Amino acid sequence: MNVGLQLQGLQKSYDGQPIVNDTTLTVRQGEFLCFLGPSGCGKTTLLRLIAGLEAPTGGRILLNGRDLTDTPAHERNFAMVFQALALFPFLTVEDNISYALRLRRVSRRDRLARVRELLALIKLPDIGARRIDQLSGGQRQRVAIARALAQEPVLFLLDEPFSALDAKLREQMQLELLMLQKKLEITTILVTHDQREAMSLADSIVVLANGRVQQIGAPSEIYRRPANRFVAGFVGQNNLLEGRIVDAEHIEVCGTVIRAAAASEPWTPRAAVTLCVRPEDVRVNPDDPKNASLLHGHIRLVRDLGDRIELKIDCGGLELLSSLTPADWSLIPDRDAVRVQIAPGAGKILTC
Amino acid sequence: MRLRSAALLTWPALALCALVVLPTLLLIRISLAPPDPDGLWSSGVVFEAYRDLAEPAWLATLAYSLCMAVLVAAIGLGLGFPLTLMITRMRRSHQVTWLVLLLATLTLSDVLIAFSWQVMLSKRIGLSRMLVWLGLMPQVDSLTPGAGAVIVSMVYLVLPFTMLTLYPSLSAMPTEQLEAARLLGASPRIVLRTVIIPLNRAAALTAFAVSALLALGTYVCPLVLGRPQNWTMAVMIGNAALAGHNVPRAAAMSIALVAATLGVCGAVFVGARRRWH
Repeated sequence: MNVGLQLQGLQKSYDGQPIVNDTTLTVRQGEFLCFLGPSGCGKTTLLRLIAGLEAPTGGRILLNGRDLTDTPAHERNFAMVFQALALFPFLTVEDNISYALRLRRVSRRDRLARVRELLALIKLPDIGARRIDQLSGGQRQRVAIARALAQEPVLFLLDEPFSALDAKLREQMQLELLMLQKKLEITTILVTHDQREAMSLADSIVVLANGRVQQIGAPSEIYRRPANRFVAGFVGQNNLLEGRIVDAEHIEVCGTVIRAAAASEPWTPRAAVTLCVRPEDVRVNPDDPKNASLLHGHIRLVRDLGDRIELKIDCGGLELLSSLTPADWSLIPDRDAVRVQIAPGAGKILTC
Repeated sequence: MRLRSAALLTWPALALCALVVLPTLLLIRISLAPPDPDGLWSSGVVFEAYRDLAEPAWLATLAYSLCMAVLVAAIGLGLGFPLTLMITRMRRSHQVTWLVLLLATLTLSDVLIAFSWQVMLSKRIGLSRMLVWLGLMPQVDSLTPGAGAVIVSMVYLVLPFTMLTLYPSLSAMPTEQLEAARLLGASPRIVLRTVIIPLNRAAALTAFAVSALLALGTYVCPLVLGRPQNWTMAVMIGNAALAGHNVPRAAAMSIALVAATLGVCGAVFVGARRRWH
């Protein structure tokens, strides 16, 4: 059965200090997976364990059912794009791309044909003879991707490859990578600390903290239904409101009962919990002024981000972050006295 | 500002003039003087010393010296490159220990090194016994004098210089490129050949040039550990000046040696500029 990549209880420690803790997950064939987490969470170490550049202290790595844990990196047929790209400065673009093919003793004619094909794929057909130091940052990025793809790897690994690029080029490269991945249907794992990058590229996201998997899910699931306070705080902007459980769908925050999405974890009445509410679910001056769950406050800060307006609203000591469209913002006449409603059923109750 | 820069450069220029240009000019002047067996040289200008350099025996010695220098530098690089690579992969504290040991060997004089090797290569002391035990020699015998003894001692002499020249480049080498090569399918041996050596080519060529130049100028080791046919240019120059009392000839030979040295440097420079294929 074609099951893709499986990590079973994978562990890595340095001097007794665990860096990757008992990680178990499956990457489906052709899936685009992102390891997302803050610096030092173990995401790069996890990627290096998969690549074979580090030996695990425990657990197994399986590819389509075959145990690769002890297989050396050069025998795995995985490709990796490094943060520093790691192109060979003493070779031309063409020689860089055909490096893996030379090692596999592919004939010169076939090598050249493959290089031409890959240069066309990265939309740089005329740079084969150039030296690496004659390329721009974006061109180097594409060449690194082409070099990694030349050997037709079974797994494509990327370690924060776009972190050194400016915002516009980064977005363009992300888009190109996504199109390439969909076109080639190659199983891909990207390491990033940029949640926006992870959300826009991945089929699934693995959120990591302190060497442990916090949540695995589709980007929308991670965003809408965070598993715990860490995921809620790390992925996207959030209002984390401390309150007490009334029942499975209601929570009392500052004396106001708010209807939330049903708690997925076991709960006890009056237990202290956190309600996670996204800024777009904090409505300002909603249509129903007599709603019992309304909070009253005043706007303390306005940030105009162009496509949306971000507000910080003080509701009697409870500070809420709200995100409105410019059209909705223009409909608010009095900014000193606003009514605020948390969209019913939108908040997620977090018990851990 | 320009005046200040010029003033700052005056001292190095004067030092260069006093330590390099003037002695070279003096050497050229002496080489063109008639020999004087009672003193150093006489007044006047003759080309006798240079005519002597055209003798086949002398040219053979020059060729032998160059071959010996290149061979010693190549062996030094062949040993020094993997050893330095190994040191750079050690923990920092171990690296420092090795570097201190390497630097410590530089405090030993050529004379001490040459006589130490003479003892080690003699019939009575261990090295030939070890070779017999390993099956590489049929019976215990003295390994000195001879070309092998000269080469071994000269490699020992140049090895710290080779390694200390390679160390900065190898220790600063980015590991991502080696890891990228491994993931592209290169075994550790192929990574060494196709990535590590090309990445450190400039340092390797510099180390080769330094070793070759040191070997070209070595005097004591060939004299103590070699037969007359193993004597290099440096020994011949010494013999011409000290035993033959022909200082102009020794000066002309020195100039020829400097020219050969520049030739080695030029070849390395051309090699360094060529693109890697």
